[in-house]
Amino acid sequence: MSANYQEFPGTPLSENDFTDGTILYNHDALHARFAWDTGIAVGSYLAALKEGILLGAKCSKCRKVVIPPRIVCEWCFRPIEKYVPLQDTGTVNTYSLCYVTWDVQRIKIPEIPAVIEIDGASPLHGIMHKLGEIDPARVEIGMRVKAVWKPAEDRQGAITDILYFKPME
Amino acid sequence: MGMRKVAVIGAGMTKFVRRAKETAKELTWQATRMALDSCALTMDDIEAVCLGTAPDAFDGIHMNGEYLSDGAGAWRKPYMRSYVGGGTGVFVPIQGWYHVASGLFDVVLVVAEEKMSSYYPHAQAAFLTIFDHTTERPLKPNLLWIFALEMNRYMNTYGISKQDIARVSVLHKRNAANHPCALLGEPEITVEDVLNSEVLAYPVQRYDVSPVSDGAVAIVLAAEHVAKRITDKPVWIEGVGWNLDTAYWTNRDLAYPRYVEGAARMAYEMAGIKEPRKEINIVEPYDPFDYKALHHLEGLQLAERGKAVQLYIDGTASRDGDLPVCPSGGLLGVGNPIAAAGLMKIAELFWQLRGEAGARQVPGNPRRGLAQAWGDLMQVGTVVIMGR
Repeated sequence: MSANYQEFPGTPLSENDFTDGTILYNHDALHARFAWDTGIAVGSYLAALKEGILLGAKCSKCRKVVIPPRIVCEWCFRPIEKYVPLQDTGTVNTYSLCYVTWDVQRIKIPEIPAVIEIDGASPLHGIMHKLGEIDPARVEIGMRVKAVWKPAEDRQGAITDILYFKPME
Repeated sequence: MGMRKVAVIGAGMTKFVRRAKETAKELTWQATRMALDSCALTMDDIEAVCLGTAPDAFDGIHMNGEYLSDGAGAWRKPYMRSYVGGGTGVFVPIQGWYHVASGLFDVVLVVAEEKMSSYYPHAQAAFLTIFDHTTERPLKPNLLWIFALEMNRYMNTYGISKQDIARVSVLHKRNAANHPCALLGEPEITVEDVLNSEVLAYPVQRYDVSPVSDGAVAIVLAAEHVAKRITDKPVWIEGVGWNLDTAYWTNRDLAYPRYVEGAARMAYEMAGIKEPRKEINIVEPYDPFDYKALHHLEGLQLAERGKAVQLYIDGTASRDGDLPVCPSGGLLGVGNPIAAAGLMKIAELFWQLRGEAGARQVPGNPRRGLAQAWGDLMQVGTVVIMGR
């Protein structure tokens, strides 16, 4: 009974409680290390990235082309057996200008994450990546972009084999 | 379907704070004790316990449900922890509901807890692990990205301005000024304050975002014959719904939450609601970011697509409007200890529908309310409809 209570439990601490040593705490770092198997569909996706190709998968029943590829169609639950090379161009579905890194460090020049609808995939089907070689003030939804790849000899079969997408003139 | 009626008969919560001195177990116990006290029950009366808490990564404790079990009073009882990301806080009462509706138990405790401050230096980094480890995580994504990307798509699809979206944050933070547990209640905040706050990930600015918090909330559920013996003012769970959309979040329409619609339609059908806009008197949509409240109001069919902001512009969403939105202050104002924040919305409806919300009370003896949460990788919707 919210209105019937005068005092709710819970004791707020401030950063000063740590720096001034008014409370005790136990600090530890966990070292969790993993090696993830890439599987059948994403394994093919990564192998194609190494060759400089964006790979999608086509459901022969739904006729949807999805990216990244997967072994089962989410819509009809039938197996997807056909992998199809897509274009390395696309359209910016949405973007952000991000001034904070993943571990909350402030940065002056923003990163530009975007969802890019890949040419050859079904409408609204894209991947998350970053934009580059563009003034952040000029980025727009609907903008046409093209992948900038690492040199072939440096590719490792990873999503980072694409450095970023840049505007098409 | 042969389901029994289930009532909420008690509720309790801790303050929501940036960092609590209390451990997760202690917060859990404090909320639980308050909920039991509120309906004059003891742990001996509780037949089963449902607990909700979000990713183990925040706590650095594997099987956090078991770790919290003493604070939740779970020992020697049927006990289960549920987890659907941010949707957990409104899913765990659904879990409690089917424990009772099924006839298996008569009295069930539902408790949700989150202690996000343990992760060092900032809980944000723990969210890296929600992204796909092979196709997304090598890009070093940040949780803000996903919201900023969705918000920008939503704004662009319907032509909604930052100024108008900021109204959501202003209303919720002002509402929270009346909540005794709130972390960020700000009675004087303005749209300009929101628009002048630090840009984190355009279009997301600091005041568009709810704060990382510690806190716990608990409620007690009872079957009809027990509820009527214990209280004159049971608040019934009239409908529940939950629904999941694709985890390939870059393969779907980011401007409209289909999963919320799916959850809402399930709950409306169970509650016999044909015209939600007329039949829901209070709504507590999930609002970790200001645009999300709008997104969710549309998914809940309480506004046309792209038009939810009109509820804020014309005063409908205000505490004394026709459809008060987040009279608690929501996550933006009260705080966002993830699972506890969702259950806070259930507790708020319980207090509002009993006329016990004090300075936050919605006028006009509201009869029915809806709480909703959302989570996982932006694709789960959970809905509970409560009435008296």
